[in-house]
Amino acid sequence: MSDARYLVTASPHLRSRDSTPTIMWSVVGSLMPVAAFAVYYFGPSALLVILASVVGAVGTEAAWGKKGAVRDGSAAITGILLGLCLPAGLPLWMAVLGGAFSIGFGKIVFGGLGQNIFNPALLGRAFLQAAFPVALTTWPAVENVPWWSLRGDNFALPLMGSRVDAVTTATPLGLMKFEQVTTPIRDLAFGTTAGSLGETGAVLILLCGGYLALNNYLNWRIPASIFLSVAAFTTVLHLIDGARYPTPQFMLLSGGLMLGAMYMATDMVTSPTTNRGSWIFGVGIGFLVVLIRLWGGLAEGVMYAILIMNALVPFINRATQPRVFGTTRAKAAA
Amino acid sequence: MFDRLTFRHGVHPPELKQLTAHLKIRRLPYPKEVVLPLSQHTGKPAKPIVRVSDRVERGDLIAEADGWVSSPIHASASGTITELGLSPHPDGTFKPALYIAVEPYSAQLPRPRLVPDWRGLDRDGLLHAVQHAGVVGLGGAAFPTHVKLKPPPDKPIEMILVNGCECEPYLTTDHRTMVEYPNRIHLGVRIMMKILGVSKVVIGVERNKPDAVEALERTRPADLDVTVLPLTVKYPQGAEKMLIEAVTGREVPSGKLPLDVGLVVQNAASVGTIAEVFETGLPLVERIVTVTGLGIRKPANLIVPVGTKLRDLLDACGGMTDDAREIVFGGPMMGAAQANLDTPLTKGTTGVIVLAERECKTQDSYPCIRCGHCLDACPVFLNPQQLGKLAAAGRYDEMAAAYHLNDCMLCGCCSYVCPSNIPLSQQFAAARVALRQRKPAA
Repeated sequence: MSDARYLVTASPHLRSRDSTPTIMWSVVGSLMPVAAFAVYYFGPSALLVILASVVGAVGTEAAWGKKGAVRDGSAAITGILLGLCLPAGLPLWMAVLGGAFSIGFGKIVFGGLGQNIFNPALLGRAFLQAAFPVALTTWPAVENVPWWSLRGDNFALPLMGSRVDAVTTATPLGLMKFEQVTTPIRDLAFGTTAGSLGETGAVLILLCGGYLALNNYLNWRIPASIFLSVAAFTTVLHLIDGARYPTPQFMLLSGGLMLGAMYMATDMVTSPTTNRGSWIFGVGIGFLVVLIRLWGGLAEGVMYAILIMNALVPFINRATQPRVFGTTRAKAAA
Repeated sequence: MFDRLTFRHGVHPPELKQLTAHLKIRRLPYPKEVVLPLSQHTGKPAKPIVRVSDRVERGDLIAEADGWVSSPIHASASGTITELGLSPHPDGTFKPALYIAVEPYSAQLPRPRLVPDWRGLDRDGLLHAVQHAGVVGLGGAAFPTHVKLKPPPDKPIEMILVNGCECEPYLTTDHRTMVEYPNRIHLGVRIMMKILGVSKVVIGVERNKPDAVEALERTRPADLDVTVLPLTVKYPQGAEKMLIEAVTGREVPSGKLPLDVGLVVQNAASVGTIAEVFETGLPLVERIVTVTGLGIRKPANLIVPVGTKLRDLLDACGGMTDDAREIVFGGPMMGAAQANLDTPLTKGTTGVIVLAERECKTQDSYPCIRCGHCLDACPVFLNPQQLGKLAAAGRYDEMAAAYHLNDCMLCGCCSYVCPSNIPLSQQFAAARVALRQRKPAA
């Protein structure tokens, strides 16, 4: 009796336009200006490194991930983000390996999209940093080099020594930490400093991330709380001892903070689902960044700060369950 | 300040009301047959009192209420009872129904009857008239109106809220009722005030219906404390709890009813029907239905005899387009898709929406990416993400015990926003059914 011509689906029969692939590919799109700036600034080496880590990430997803998973765009994001937190002169095989590790051990072993605990790109970078500490902290010089020149031995063979002596320099955070030299704020804001590919150009990253926040593709509370907490902690310290501790604006604009806050910490899968939890998550990241940068053994702490807070997300979610309509907070917790 | 008149969370689906918002209500010609399910309301099904081959006139009682939370059914057309049998029901099942072969060429005049004069009746008399006219909520749930109008004596009612939100996309039933019959709404309000002994009434209307606000304002009786309140447009504002929050700022406690916070909420079309009972003396035998969607050739707002079959209604609206794909009773957010063109419209059918192929998004599902958009959408502040995860694992008890499954209104906001297209509200409905079936065994 029923007519097979008609579809019978459950309500609601309307859907919002956003889909998971739309969100993912919008993130990819919003990263394009950041990547383009890296190429403009670091030359063809930047393009090679980003492409290599994308190849590693997407290739691994295609080979071992769920069927068709490449199309959702999340592996591409991981590849680009990993590339953006690597130095321009990195041997390409390391970038490929990092991309493969990110997706393989950062995502597929957990069960694929939506299942992982840690941000895959940062996990890949942490792996590379542990495996190749020197290569990962060799920053090519930014001045007096022709644009088209490679900024390091990009084509080095796996496990062989470097054959090119590139001119290297230190990052603003390294200068601050180990040589007590402060980089001008203007250089930090507009990206004319040494660092990872996507570490430079704080303003550009802020604009690109802002576009995502306006579309509700990232939770603005996370970067906002990171910035506020970094600013608050460093302001206090700077007021206590201005000679020893840098200014809040230096801390906000230097290193990977901007990229980390806008793009890594806001990874939907590995950040809290509740808005109250997002504030806690962001404040925690900000606090850890300041802690590691000022008192830790490393110059930069964004990566570890985010990874540590990633691990706490399940607890944060549990502790910040929403208060159900028509109940009181105390009752909801019981 | 007025922009703040809404509830928290919720979603903004496309309104899609322009297809029928300007169309005057017309009367549907009587079909050849009407099918009246005995269960058209919340509560126990009615008990038939007629036999096959009985002749009935329009408005005759054919099935009586079975207890207090039940409602009688009346013949919606004059003709002959041909069958008491199973009929497809809008809820997707088959249910007992009375079939009436409608008399051709009949003038469809009801029997001469005494029209009750509301002025001369006391509370009990008015309530009795409403109950025996089979009036139920016309907003979708079809809850018997007389039950709402007789709250327990220990629950004082201080205000009546008339729900003119019509927050579901596409529907313009309440909208056109308010525009064309504002006096009827005010009369219904007056009668409700008398029954409940309440002196304050607020009519909540979303701002996308300025003509309805204007009509209600223009006809507002000077002697009554009635406020027409324009509200921000947002779904699901027409849910009782959301409307109460929007108007009064109060939260109905979890598991409680509006009357627990001193309010009675009644949908605008139902208020109009209460007035009709005292204007014509006729019980609830017809209702206004919006027939719309990109899959119907001639969208319309129609007065339809209860029990009209979907097929007849669609034919009267020029039929379906070639790319019609899904037929929904009710609004597109909460309505139920129909597979059978012989399904009759019941008292609770607010609209019939024929969705075209291009409107039906049968997109792929993806794994949950924990974006949290569902938490920001849920008007009762549940955690649909967590509930969905538990539902997929079959952990229904935990859903109810730890994550307030029973507070879910099945409004569909979470499914609407989910970028991974996970059928969250469908899973929650299924979980609730499973829990209900499990209970007697425990």
